[in-house]
Amino acid sequence: MATGHRRLDIDEVGDVTIAKFIDKKILDEGNIQIIGNQLFGLVEDDGRKKIVLDFSNVEYLSSAALGKLITMDKKVKTAKGKLRLCSVRPDIYEVFAITKLNKLFDMKDTQEEALAGL
Amino acid sequence: MSDFEEFQVTIPSDTAEGRAVQERIIGLLEAREYSMRDVFGVRLALEEALVNAIKHGNQMADDKVVKIECSVSTKHVRVVIEDEGEGFDISAVPDPTEDENLEKPGGRGIMLMRSFMTHVEYNDRGNILILEKRTDEPEEDDD
Repeated sequence: MATGHRRLDIDEVGDVTIAKFIDKKILDEGNIQIIGNQLFGLVEDDGRKKIVLDFSNVEYLSSAALGKLITMDKKVKTAKGKLRLCSVRPDIYEVFAITKLNKLFDMKDTQEEALAGL
Repeated sequence: MSDFEEFQVTIPSDTAEGRAVQERIIGLLEAREYSMRDVFGVRLALEEALVNAIKHGNQMADDKVVKIECSVSTKHVRVVIEDEGEGFDISAVPDPTEDENLEKPGGRGIMLMRSFMTHVEYNDRGNILILEKRTDEPEEDDD
């Protein structure tokens, strides 16, 4: 399992794992590494197949963080799982839209919507 | 508070130092009541630009520095960032939004800078970046 300070709140609802980012800013490379390792651990170590990433706390994120999310998406797809993103603020959504990553990720407005039918 | 302010600073190749300069510039914008949206965009562009200069430009080398010049008024901010790296060919950076590149890392930082700033310009060598944001432009409304 990943080392370092916990950067994600993990909840389980049925067979779905909800990972909520604790940080407001996902910028620092050290943090991004830790977050990446914790995310990848959910799939690779814990074998979770249905994962919702909750962004409600996140006010800033950089392209380095986007890179980790892209890798996470690949890992979940390889494991034949499902990944959804939810509660992304308008400013942050714009970052996904500009980079067209809103086409790659399955994004929902709320956690409820993300859980529905996953 | 005076309307116009400028400063120059030279920092080592350390992202924490880069972030401190970023915070200093953001403080100047907030003191001039830039909108939250403008502050968000400038912060994001500075983050990408400074990380690029320190990591990709200077390769985090201890003996290389990054020079930053900043001028701010109530409607305009201009930041020039110069690293001591070899530079790069901006035209060789792949378009990250093409379907075949969507899952690859790279290219998104520059794209975000261009999107959130009014003007983004590299010198020919690719080691000096000029970022400008004007706030007196009508907002584009894509919603």
